Amino acid sequence: MTQQPVKFYQTGTFTVGNRLLPGDERAVQANMRRTNSLNSGHRACQGCGEALGARYAIDAAMQATGNRVIAINATGCLEVFSTPYPETSWQIPWMHSLFGNAAAVAAGVAAALRIKGGKGAKVIAQGGDGGTTDIGFGCLSGMFERNDDVLYICYDNEAYMNTGVQRSSATPPAARTATTMSVGRHPGNVFGTGKNVPLIAMAHHIPYVATASVANLRDLEAKVTRAMGVSGARYIHIHVPCPLGWGSQPADTIKIARLAVESGLFPLFEAVDGEVTARYQLRRRVPVEDYLRLQRRFAHLFGATPDTQTIAAIQAMADRNVRTFGLEAA
Amino acid sequence: MLKQIEGSRAIAEAVALCRPEVICAYPITPQTHIVEALGEMVKKEEIEHCEFINVESEFAALSVAIGSSAAGARSYTATASQGILFMAEAVYNAAGLGLPIVMTIGNRAIGAPINIWNDHSDSMSMRDAGWIQLFAETNQEAADLHIQAFRLAEELSCPVMVCVDGFILTHAYDRVDIPTQQQVDAYLPRFEPVQILDVDEPVSIGAMVGPDAFFEVRYLQHHKQLMALDLIPRLADEFRQKFGRDAGGLIRSYRCDDAETIVVALGSLVGTIKDAVDGMREAGHRIGVVSICSFRPFPLAAVRAALVRAKRVVVVEKCFAVGIGGIVSDGVRKALAGSQVPTYTAIAGLGGRPVTQKSLVGLFESAQGDALEQLNFLDLKRDVVEREIARGRKQRRAGPSAEAILRDLRALRSGIPLGAA
Ligand SMILES: Cc1ncc(C[n+]2csc(CCOP(=O)(O)OP(=O)(O)O)c2C)c(N)n1
Ligand code: SF4
Ligand SMILES: [Mg+2]
Repeated sequence: MTQQPVKFYQTGTFTVGNRLLPGDERAVQANMRRTNSLNSGHRACQGCGEALGARYAIDAAMQATGNRVIAINATGCLEVFSTPYPETSWQIPWMHSLFGNAAAVAAGVAAALRIKGGKGAKVIAQGGDGGTTDIGFGCLSGMFERNDDVLYICYDNEAYMNTGVQRSSATPPAARTATTMSVGRHPGNVFGTGKNVPLIAMAHHIPYVATASVANLRDLEAKVTRAMGVSGARYIHIHVPCPLGWGSQPADTIKIARLAVESGLFPLFEAVDGEVTARYQLRRRVPVEDYLRLQRRFAHLFGATPDTQTIAAIQAMADRNVRTFGLEAA
Repeated sequence: MLKQIEGSRAIAEAVALCRPEVICAYPITPQTHIVEALGEMVKKEEIEHCEFINVESEFAALSVAIGSSAAGARSYTATASQGILFMAEAVYNAAGLGLPIVMTIGNRAIGAPINIWNDHSDSMSMRDAGWIQLFAETNQEAADLHIQAFRLAEELSCPVMVCVDGFILTHAYDRVDIPTQQQVDAYLPRFEPVQILDVDEPVSIGAMVGPDAFFEVRYLQHHKQLMALDLIPRLADEFRQKFGRDAGGLIRSYRCDDAETIVVALGSLVGTIKDAVDGMREAGHRIGVVSICSFRPFPLAAVRAALVRAKRVVVVEKCFAVGIGGIVSDGVRKALAGSQVPTYTAIAGLGGRPVTQKSLVGLFESAQGDALEQLNFLDLKRDVVEREIARGRKQRRAGPSAEAILRDLRALRSGIPLGAA
């Protein structure tokens, strides 16, 4: 019998062709029995990466636990667009308390489940980059350090979107936000030293840390599934483009997310007990410029005279990621 | 069982008898002994089916309790002073979500200047957050109020603060009757939550609420407090029947029957005032005291009924609304609205300044002659204040006033002339 080579990736997109896979290997979203935990009808903007990421993440977690997920949400876009009273998109037990306490509230839920039996339920805390890397950072570190049985998911759209696109500690250098305007001698955000929360999570030696992207949803699902199979504190940091805040086309959300990965600006990796165990090897490395050009928040870099110096500095960040995370096949 | 124990220990033992399921805490003087004792009891498995969680801040402590309470566990925490301010956002949140958490406050002043001693500024700062606030007069009552607090919180689905004077009660060794487990079990049924995060019946809790419904949700918090006005006395009655002693209730009157002057106070201060009143009664003065146990809800009708026949009312309070004056007296004046009873405010005991019988008697005697201002500051060192104000007038860069006042007091004590430092 002659063998026909199977092409798993559609040309140009790297998206897994689901229909070519056996049923049990297909994406959770491809399954008729997916739970639609974050149901349609919510009020996110078109092309919202956060809505997409949350939908995939929570459905994957539901499948991994036999539909036994309780979610605690920090204040932010995800919370607001999913639950304008009296409507809710959540098909799972879900609670929003405050902006900065999701990790602690989730730790409390986990403690109650431990004491009360809990019907095998598992707890997920989720929030934006602001609720995670800034105001919720203390509670997050506490939850890590105690190794509470919680998966924390950060949807990183690199600014405080819900309040109108202000800078957070996850905002990249040079990016224009409402509080780092593209004016003056150094337009956009400062070149600081950055704050890499996945690495900080690893420094707590928690059992599982991963980064993921809406550009690679199958990988995102797999990581969430893996995380749900582990007990203790776990952290997944998902890169989610925000058309409104980034000034990008809603149709380009996946493309931009992919360029962030393929340029090396957003490395995808997994770490177990504080050590990197897997990283996504770049297939076709692209210059950061390809990523930056599609977003109006970086438009000031590409005026009449492009700011080559700043672009080079951002390229250097990507190059450093490629080196330190070993993103390029040797 | 009668025990000679520290107030904190008595509170911890009472909480333990309530079968808490999640306890979380962050240390702050004077609350520490309570949670240390509970931590030990959980570790020794003297409290069964209970998690003790050491958290990284008070904000996290109450947040953990919010999560555990929403997941159906009887939840407890304790704090004081800076701690309650640090958790302020979660204090409002727990009430807004209607979670029956019980929290002890070891009442302590709020800085700056930093000060670990007793007054009521801390819990008063959260008086409008939607929590029920009960003030304990003695260590026996502090212990007993916790047992009532869980029952009250869970019946109304509303959080309750039990306010206990820092050091004066928390660190005092006293004789306390600790009830038996059977007694407490007969009084406090299992926690049946009205809302719960349950995978079999998913609900969304804490959704975004706009102008169309926020008002009503907030009003329902007030409604719970109004219901508490009925429930608190009923629970106190039932407590008396089952435990054979008085604790809680809305207010308590002491020697008020024919009193012309009635003093109003909260917490352990009431004991000192009762002694002063006893002395004055012996000298023939018609004076009594009303102690307010339930500060939230504020029992307007009960306070009015207790005070309206008096010739004057003196509210002695360990808190101070800077820029206006009394806090408790505001409530008392509301209760007496339309009546002709003059109400005097005396701010006393801030930052742990001793409130002595001598000063109290002086205050009450002036009140009897109606020789008081509306707002009085008991034992405030006026001369020190005047000197500091004068110093500040003399030079722009006067420096921090707390340090200056301490220097001034030291100079006074040592006899070195002022200005020589
Ligand atoms: C204590 C507190 N401070 C500020 C806010 C205002 N606030 C609400 S959402 C938000 C931004 C959320 O940003 P992020 O966590 O990145 O989530 P996103 O909306 O971008 O998804 C801010 C600043 C708040 N709700 N609470
Ligand atoms: S502002 Fe951004 S994160 Fe928020 S809903 Fe719109 S696209 Fe999503
Ligand atoms: Mg954000």
